[in-house]
Amino acid sequence: MSDNSSNDAYWKANVRIILISLVIWALVSFGFGILLRPMLAGISVGGSDLGFWFAQQGSILVFLALIFNYAWQMNKLDIAHGVDEE
Amino acid sequence: MSQFAINLLFVGASFALYIGIAIWARAGSTSEFYAAGRGVHPVTNGMATAADWMSAASFISMAGLIAFTGYDNSSFLMGWTGGYVLLALLLAPYLRKFGKFTVSEFIGDRFYSPTARIVAVVCLIVASTTYVIGQMTGVGVAFGRFLEISNTAGLLIGACVVFAYAVLGGMKGVTYTQVAQYCVLITAYTIPAIFISLQLTGNPIPALGLFGDHVASGEPLLAKLDAVVTELGFKEYTAHHADTLNMVLFTLSLMIGTAGLPHVIMRFFTVPKVSDARWSAGWALVFIALLYLTAPAVGAMARLNISELMWPNGGISGDAVTTQQIENEPEYDWMATWQKTGLLNWEDKNGDGKIQFYNDKNEDLQAMAAEKGWEGNELTKFNRDILVLANPEIANLPSWVIGLVAAGGLAAALSTAAGLLLAISSAVSHDLIKGALNPNISEKNELLSARIAMGVAIAVATWLGLNPPGFAAQTVALAFGLAAASIFPALMMGIFSTKVNNVGAVSGMLAGLTVTLVYIFLHKGWLFIPGTNSFTDADPLLGTIKSTSFGAIGAAVNFAVAYTVSGMTKPIPQEIKDLVESVRVPRGAGTAQDH
Repeated sequence: MSDNSSNDAYWKANVRIILISLVIWALVSFGFGILLRPMLAGISVGGSDLGFWFAQQGSILVFLALIFNYAWQMNKLDIAHGVDEE
Repeated sequence: MSQFAINLLFVGASFALYIGIAIWARAGSTSEFYAAGRGVHPVTNGMATAADWMSAASFISMAGLIAFTGYDNSSFLMGWTGGYVLLALLLAPYLRKFGKFTVSEFIGDRFYSPTARIVAVVCLIVASTTYVIGQMTGVGVAFGRFLEISNTAGLLIGACVVFAYAVLGGMKGVTYTQVAQYCVLITAYTIPAIFISLQLTGNPIPALGLFGDHVASGEPLLAKLDAVVTELGFKEYTAHHADTLNMVLFTLSLMIGTAGLPHVIMRFFTVPKVSDARWSAGWALVFIALLYLTAPAVGAMARLNISELMWPNGGISGDAVTTQQIENEPEYDWMATWQKTGLLNWEDKNGDGKIQFYNDKNEDLQAMAAEKGWEGNELTKFNRDILVLANPEIANLPSWVIGLVAAGGLAAALSTAAGLLLAISSAVSHDLIKGALNPNISEKNELLSARIAMGVAIAVATWLGLNPPGFAAQTVALAFGLAAASIFPALMMGIFSTKVNNVGAVSGMLAGLTVTLVYIFLHKGWLFIPGTNSFTDADPLLGTIKSTSFGAIGAAVNFAVAYTVSGMTKPIPQEIKDLVESVRVPRGAGTAQDH
């Protein structure tokens, strides 16, 4: 196992990626899908508006992108900090 | 061949397939039973997790709730998928690194307290039992329809089948059985949706068809649907009518609850590597998304089809469907079959030989009704939970599609119900009895207590399922609220905080579980017994917050109590700090430790 200061840096970097991901997570679902929907009402998507699309389709697609992006970034981070599984 | 025979054939063949795979896989290795997923590729594990996860609530109930409410019920879609983001980012990799098999074991070790472990077991049992009630509701609907008997008789037969299925045990644990169940379930869900999307929009992908044009009218499908439902006096489908605060809290409760339900978390304990735990959550969501992206299309298109079937002569200005048509024309056959279950009914109140379906609470429609001599809505009962199962019949699809949907609905309900029963029984026998009450119990008695726990859980769930606190997906939503308020905060604090100690975690879990349970019982009746409630969700105790949305508040209470109490009591010992440090880095994970 590597030394503690490197582990701290690894953990801080991890928490940073998590926070950014969760901001996007909240923005597409609670934001675009619910609270900000009136602001997106002008953008029409097939018979309804962008907010409706985010609530029923878009947020799910973004969730998928977030999880795969996290797995990819963390695997890189593991190697960079020498904490990946041998 | 009659529809009844075709349904039995499909259901029977799918069951034979699961049992066949279980026998074939078990012959290969007996340890598979305990460590489903170890050495299994993340894609395969993701598919099995998806089958475990998607239950009667997702398959049978959800699209119906969306169909009859529209946009406002989008919470189910965002909530039950968004939770996977929390699971993948906040829990799965660390719990895998920890390397034990159950959620309560992690809580017991991290909070260095057998009490914490027992409290976690209690939280888990309460949430899982509520979840099983929702499954039993769905099982009752499915069996009622396919055996053409009443809903109650269907529920009782379903309970016996679930019990036998769960006691067969290993069946559920075998990853490849679940892969087969996923395949049956997703085919059964998407094939009718593709047919219907082609009929209505000409687009074979339902998720795109939903935002495409309605072939018959040339208008966008959603615009057409809005026009049709408002004409009948109902609320516009795509508009936001629900209370915003409640909708946000409800979505959040479902998300947090998803990441707090033990039967899903457990799957990530046994993947080969920490990095695989991250990928597995992503693959699980890929397979779940296939159904969740289709569900809103199923709901919207079914709503349009039903409205047009009830008003076949150019909407509400033309004549309503006649009782003769319902009795004689093949496209109305589904109404007679579903009437037998007691979940669908109509009544020609004004005796004009026609069935007028409209919103009789709407003032404009009341005026029109007075003029035309209608005496209220005559489609008197339409249970939301029948929509997905009835959908292929409503759209007049071939009989084999209807049989396939029968098999899919049962696969969804049975796999999840059995999985939950196994989680409950192992919590009682392994964590509660062996872990705390009687560590010297013999293996035989441990197994016996597991079976008894399973029997008790299913009896309670069946009894409560006879008078469920809501439609399947709503009951399941209550279970998510309970998991959100109790398990998720404890797990998250266990990983992300080095401040929260044993007393804090126990007080937090108890506070979160208690306030949420009391809030639910105040609105749904004590132990869900009808009539013992003091409030209703139409007029809840706290502002606009319904009992299904309270989980998010319960979770906040849990966090607040845990931090406050931890601040006032002894800090956590160094070896637990080291444990937290080690859980945070993937290196040195090794394989999951046996007990």
